[in-house]
Order: sequence, then structure tokens, then C-alpha cells
Amino acid sequence: MLTILFDGIAYGMLLFILACGLTVTLGLMNFINLAHGAFAMAGGYVTVIMMNRYGISFYWCLPAAFLVSAAIGLILERTLYQWLYQAPHLDQVLFSIGIVFMAIAATDYFMGGQQQLINLPPELSGRMDVFGVGVGRYRLFTIILCAILAVVLQLILSKTRFGSRLRAAVDDRRVAIGLGINVPVVFALTFAFGSGLAGLGGAMGAEILGLDPNFPLKFMIYFLIVVSVGGTSTVSGPFLAAMLLGIADVAGKYYVPAIGPFVIYGLMIIMLILRPNGLFTRGGR
Amino acid sequence: MSAVQQDTNVTAPSSTATAEARAAKLMKRRSRIRFFEIIVWIAAIAAYFVLPSKMLILTEIAILALFAVSLDLVLGFAGIVSLGHTAFFGLGAYVAGLMAMHFVAEPVTGLIVAGIVSGVLGLLTSFLILRGSDLTRLMTTLGIGLMMAEVANQMAWLTGGADGLSGFSPGPVLGLFEFDLFGKVGYVYCIAVLFVSTMIMRRIAFSPFGMSLKAIKGNAMRSAMIAVPARKRIVTVYTIAAVFAGVAGALLTQTTSFVSPDVLAFHRSADVLLVLVIGGTGYLYGGIFGAVFFTLIKDWLSVITPQYWMFYIGMLLVILVLIGRERLARWVEYLPERFSKKEDGQ
Repeated sequence: MLTILFDGIAYGMLLFILACGLTVTLGLMNFINLAHGAFAMAGGYVTVIMMNRYGISFYWCLPAAFLVSAAIGLILERTLYQWLYQAPHLDQVLFSIGIVFMAIAATDYFMGGQQQLINLPPELSGRMDVFGVGVGRYRLFTIILCAILAVVLQLILSKTRFGSRLRAAVDDRRVAIGLGINVPVVFALTFAFGSGLAGLGGAMGAEILGLDPNFPLKFMIYFLIVVSVGGTSTVSGPFLAAMLLGIADVAGKYYVPAIGPFVIYGLMIIMLILRPNGLFTRGGR
Repeated sequence: MSAVQQDTNVTAPSSTATAEARAAKLMKRRSRIRFFEIIVWIAAIAAYFVLPSKMLILTEIAILALFAVSLDLVLGFAGIVSLGHTAFFGLGAYVAGLMAMHFVAEPVTGLIVAGIVSGVLGLLTSFLILRGSDLTRLMTTLGIGLMMAEVANQMAWLTGGADGLSGFSPGPVLGLFEFDLFGKVGYVYCIAVLFVSTMIMRRIAFSPFGMSLKAIKGNAMRSAMIAVPARKRIVTVYTIAAVFAGVAGALLTQTTSFVSPDVLAFHRSADVLLVLVIGGTGYLYGGIFGAVFFTLIKDWLSVITPQYWMFYIGMLLVILVLIGRERLARWVEYLPERFSKKEDGQ
């Protein structure tokens, strides 16, 4: 029971890291980016290539995954995404679906369609007993790392100058420009950072979530649920939503395997009926 | 325009009467059959005689066209971006398959039942899309689509799971026309259904009801102020669109005698959006034009790269959006507006 809770928390933490970049692009910049999973997949594949082809340590792969995904995010933002911030949502949806399709086919072409596996370093694999609860070491590692990241994110958004610039740029783009904030740069950096986080999540999730070319499609709905249930005004909203989703999904698949996949959809519908604008919201948009 | 200005000077009672008359005239003009529509249907009939060896791909086009036209009701008129329209298509496909397998082999009955069942699902799920923003609607429609795919996968005893449904063959249409090997009857059947359905949807879309949908799309709050019941209208149109999407799915089942879980796959929802974007939204025939282009492109691509055609479809989407889909769909405006000058009556 506690083990399931623990696994659920680890899963939720991963979802949070994967989706929190999307919270920013989708929530704050109001851009519906369905291709977010593609960045996560890029991070995952960077890890797979580095570890399995070149034998580089897992710990070095994580920052590399972050940097590569962030770089891809930055390039795409500068070349393509920035033209669509003002576009209608339909255009954004179509555009990002196009990116997803291209990412899937390209990954299939270069890496093959099979499931990718990574070998964790020995100190992270296996289980250990903490107060009589069986705890997977890798999951513990995931939880700790993601928790640190969540706190850091919250601090960056609320305490730093960059965070306040971002919030200003989001609240009123024109006034922010008038105050001398370089809004395109802020957005580009934020987008890159969000993509990097997704890449990191993809790298860490390769073990737990699995990794194959269809990753962006498989987890698209999870990301959307996290963001729309959690709301977009805070870091804590999506965090709680991700936790809830993670625990519900793991518990559902464990206790009622036959209807396991429906648990999250049921949850989504209930949430939507009770709180159509998200758990934590700053009013209708 | 000048007529409106004149009208403000007239006294109140008579102005209501003339306004009504003018509104009636406007509706009549909007709903008049345009020249290009006749050409479309003539081309569809001509294709039967000119391209007898291409019946299968033409059938595919007709089915995709019906699916896209039904989405246009939701997207082009009510302005709801749906990523899960394939849920209704897939449900219709499965229902038609099960009908042919267990109950009635006659296709038209199966078609009607499939439409009704899909419509019921549309009605039930329409209440979920009333709430929230574009984002929540995306999530809900996507979620419903994925949920249906999962249901089809899990209920293997009914749907055959991952293997799909096969081993049934639809009987003759209306008990008269047997499906042949070359798909000729299938094509005529699909075109007939497409024609009837498009005419029904056309009647709906160019009625005051359709106008009120466009008002809701423009601004839901303002349309509420001129007493347009937005929620009721959206529920209605979503249900109607679901019915026709189900009919399209049923057509696919009946012409191929096979249902695979692929009918519920996400890429179908994306494909049909692309079809509409290519053809242009908001005038129904965009679905038909788009279906023709899309199927030809896809056919051509899958000959070149059988495995990776998805890449090029994705690229097409990206390019379309970056160039601006309005700019691309503008050719529609050059279609001849009037059938004959006399009818204009102005």
C-alpha cells in the first residue's frame, strides 16, 4: 500500500517535471504546445544514445539531456514558435501536431521503433527497506531530484528578477515592453528552460515511463490534464495535479488492472465538472 | 449597406416588417445553391465513368469528405477545436460492423443505427465541452477519443481487441445492389450518402441556426446578449456532427468489410483537421475539397516512403500554419458566387 503510494509519488513527480515547462508555455504564454512531449522524447533519446553507444555515466546524461532539449527548444522557438504567439489556437494546435508527427517519424527513422532501455548505475537500481516499506532506489532518487527542482522553480518564479520579468511579460505584454523588458528574449529563455526541463524529465522517465517514438502522443493527454487541472498561475497547482494524477494512475493500474487506463479519464471528467477552470485558478481566461 | 441606412429613417412598425423581409432575403441568398457545388457533384458522378479503376481511392475520399464536413459543423461554425472527433467515427465504424455481424446485414439500416449511437455519445459528451477554455476543450475531446480507443482495445470479446472485427460482409444496399469486387457499388453508395448528408448539413448550417452558431463562435457573450442560447446550440450541433461522423465511420466499415482499432487512432483526428484546413473551414465544401487533396497527397507520399509519410504530413501542417491557412484557403473566394444573376433580386 505504502509502496504504491511511493511509486505514485515518484510517477507524479516525473509528470510534474515533464509538464511544468508546458505550464509556462501553455499557461503563461497562452500557447497551446502539444509538441511538448517531443522535447521530452529528445531528452530521453539523448540519454539512450550517450549511455548505450558511448558508455557515459547516467549522471552526466541528465544535464546533457537538459541542455540538448533546451537548445532544440531555443532554436525552434526562435525560428518557428515565435511567429505563432498571436495566432489563433487552432493554428497553434495544428502547428504543434505537425511538429509531433515530424518528431515521431524522424525518431522512428533514426532510432527504430522499438522500446529503448537504459541500464541504471548499480547504486540506483534495486530496492531498499525504509521503515519496513519497500522503496525503489531509483524512485527515491527521482523524488528527491524533482522535489529540489520544484522548490528551485518556485523560488525562481517568485524571487528572482527574471521571474518577475516573466510574470510581467505574461500579464501584459505591451506594458512590459514599455517598461524596457525585452519580452521576446524572456519568452525564448523561458521556452528553452521549459523544453530543457521536459528533456530532463524524459531522460529520467526513460526507466519508469518507457521510451519509444510514440512517446509524445502517449503522454500528451497526461500533460494536458496536469496543466488544465492544476491551473497555470502557480507552480504548486500543477505540482499537486501531477501528484494526484500519478498516484491515481499507479493505484488504478495496480488495484483494478481491467479498468486501470480509465481511472485518469474518469478523474479528468470529475475534475472538469467540479472545477472547470482548474484546481487553482486566477479566474477565467 | 445603403439599404440599412435608409431603413433607420422609416417608422418603427413598418421597419420591422421590412427588416423581416430583408432577413428572409438574406437567408435565401446565403443558402442559395452556388455554381461550384453543382460542379462538385457532377465531378463526383463523372469520376464513376472516367476513373473506373480508381474506385477504392475515390470511396476513401468520399468517406473522409463526409467525416471532414461533419467536423466543419463543429469547427467552422461553432468554433470548437476538437482533437477527438474520431471517437464518433470509430464508434460508428464498430457499430456498423457489429450490426452486420450479429443483426442486419443490410447497410442502410446499419448506417442509421451507427449514426444514432454516435449521436447519443455526442450528446452525452457535449456537456463536457461546454465548460472551460479552448485548452480544456482540447483536453476533453482528446481524452474522449483516447478513452474510446482504450474501450475498443479492452472489450476484446465485443470488438476483437487489437485484431479488429472481420469476417462479416454487408448485404446488398436496400436489398437491391450487391457490393462488387471493384468497389463500384461502394462508391455510388458512399457518394449518395455523402450527397444526402451534405445537403442535410447544408440546410442546417445555412439556416438561422447556423448563423447563430457563427455568432457564438465570434463572441459567446455578445451572442448571449442577443438571446442566442449558446449552450443549447453547441450541444445540438455537436450531436449532429457526431451523427454524421458516425455515418462516415459506418461507411468505411461497410465498404471495407473490416474494422480495425485504427479507426479510433489519434492520427485520424489530426488528419481530419488537416483536411479541413487545406480545404478551408466554415462553408462545408472545404471538407470535400480538402479530402480530395489530402488523400491524393497521402497516397503519393505513401508510395514514396511507406513508413515515414507521417513526417511529410507533419511538415505540411507546419508549413500550412506558417504560411497562414487563411491565405491558402483564400482561393475559395474566387469560386463563382452566383448561379445566375437573375436570382440576386437586388
